[in-house]
Amino acid sequence: MGERRLVKALWRCQLLSLAALVLPLTGALVVGALLLLPVGLGSLLLPRAAAALRRRSDRGRTRAVGWSGGTVSPPGPLPRRAREVLGDEGFWRDLRWAWLEPLTGGLLVGVPLCLFWYGVFGALVQPFVWRELGDGNWYGFVLVESIGSALDAALLGLGFMAGGLALAPRVLAGHARWSRRALSVPYEQELNLRIERLTGTRADAHDIQAAELRRIERDLHDGAQARLVALGMTLEKATLLLDSDPEAARALLSEVRAVSERALQDLRELVHGVLPPVLADRGLGDAVRSLALDSFLDVEVEVRLPAGRFPAGVESAAYFAVAELLANAAKHSGAGEVRIALDHDGAVLRVRVADDGRGGADPSRGGGGLLGVRRRLGTFDGTLALDSPPGGPTLATLEIPCASSSPKTSSSSGTV
Amino acid sequence: MRVVLAEDLFLLRDGLTRTLEEHGFDVVAAVDNAPELLRALHEERPDVAVVDIRLPPDFTDEGLRAALQARREQPGLPVLILSQYVEQLYAQELLAGGEGAVGYLLKDRVTHTAQFVDAVRTVAGGGTVLDPQVVARLLARSDARGTTSALTPREHDVLKLMAEGRSNAAITQALHISESAVAKHTASIFAKLRIDPSPDANRRVLAVLAYLRR
Repeated sequence: MGERRLVKALWRCQLLSLAALVLPLTGALVVGALLLLPVGLGSLLLPRAAAALRRRSDRGRTRAVGWSGGTVSPPGPLPRRAREVLGDEGFWRDLRWAWLEPLTGGLLVGVPLCLFWYGVFGALVQPFVWRELGDGNWYGFVLVESIGSALDAALLGLGFMAGGLALAPRVLAGHARWSRRALSVPYEQELNLRIERLTGTRADAHDIQAAELRRIERDLHDGAQARLVALGMTLEKATLLLDSDPEAARALLSEVRAVSERALQDLRELVHGVLPPVLADRGLGDAVRSLALDSFLDVEVEVRLPAGRFPAGVESAAYFAVAELLANAAKHSGAGEVRIALDHDGAVLRVRVADDGRGGADPSRGGGGLLGVRRRLGTFDGTLALDSPPGGPTLATLEIPCASSSPKTSSSSGTV
Repeated sequence: MRVVLAEDLFLLRDGLTRTLEEHGFDVVAAVDNAPELLRALHEERPDVAVVDIRLPPDFTDEGLRAALQARREQPGLPVLILSQYVEQLYAQELLAGGEGAVGYLLKDRVTHTAQFVDAVRTVAGGGTVLDPQVVARLLARSDARGTTSALTPREHDVLKLMAEGRSNAAITQALHISESAVAKHTASIFAKLRIDPSPDANRRVLAVLAYLRR
């Protein structure tokens, strides 16, 4: 377990060093395009070269975050025209990184690699070839001139290998730190991006709320309200018939009862659509279990949430997202089994919905439903990632950054 | 028969008390919150408790939680839960012990006095009563999964009423068919679904529900 982690870190250092070695090629491409700008050819080449460089830097960002955690604020999208590229701060940042990375990140990851490979040479290669290496052959501080000293050198080599391995994770983390700094947009620009995003999601929140109110108004108007009017009219008719035709009046009254039951049912459905009772009573875990029981599919739910509740809006957004994903699985995927897992790592609420259906769900289309789910999650800085290759299976992961509130009702873990 | 009633709205509590007393029940305590409900159940040891699911102090599901807690202390204590909405999860929690003597009905059902009083009696007698809405959703699920596709439409109707906890006599009345026809249908249902035809009425309900929840 521990050794595997070390080997993995070393392997990643190796990948990073190779990536750093070839990075100047892309950097040179960009510089070439810049130099060709005066003769016109450059304005054609530059956007492409910049895009190629951006792909490299994006990969750098993904690696830094994926391997060592933390966050990197990516720059805004690259402009398409050469003139705008020249004015783009992110482009110059990428270019600077392309030339600095081999000298900084590349050298950094080179340390454990040199140790390790030098160790490999000393421990596994030199014992067989030391005779051919001639006189004055030093390995580290050992002069290799006999079988005994070759064995000493081999031991030393093993030490170097171990040292390289032991150093690899720390160096990898340091490299990620440097990459995060080199590849993140500056704080001020990040704030601007964030303001832009917040403005968008705030508008979404308003729209969602307005649409919700409109829906409630319409449902009340067409449902309970209309039924109550009909009820009043039927009661009026029954009152008039009470003396002349008691039988007819009785029939009308039983009709009144049926209509009043329908009106109650309408109200119930309306409430369920706004704030599902189990969600209000018990919170997210049990509400998702309740969804599972209502689904026609075999749904397994695993809840690993802290005791206590999440903010009402977060619970609601997560609940309706799961409801939509379950409905999609039932309608389109042809899945038989769905597994839902909920957990919270102290900062992020994570819900995974996996089905064994035929996949091929398109996150950008996916009907209005998924789009609505995305917008609703967006107002809480939440995200929905959909991994659905053709042929399946489909895995949807939604994440909402949030803290759990003080315990009110506890939610146990277990499966339904 | 001694009843403890828990309902926070005065009008409903009053109405329910009167309805129950008119039908020969003795309402020994009518309370309006969960802590008092627990105390009343503990002190009075009633034959049946009729409990609104949403009670003070939190107005969530403390009626249900109080009832389940009381049943842990007094196993088999008959409890009929009333609610403005029905949830499969809560039905499952009530049925989880497998010992019956539980009921779960929409509040609207109390306006059908005869059926409501029947339900209270059934639960008090150790039976199981489930709201038609709970059963309808269970059946819709079974139909969609094809586990009840072997049944004729009539058998389907009978199965629904059985799952609601109705007796053969009640099914006879509801479907306007003879008692022997009901017996024939139930036998056929049990054979087709491979459910053990238990002579005990409550076991029969639980077996049917267990099948539908598969």
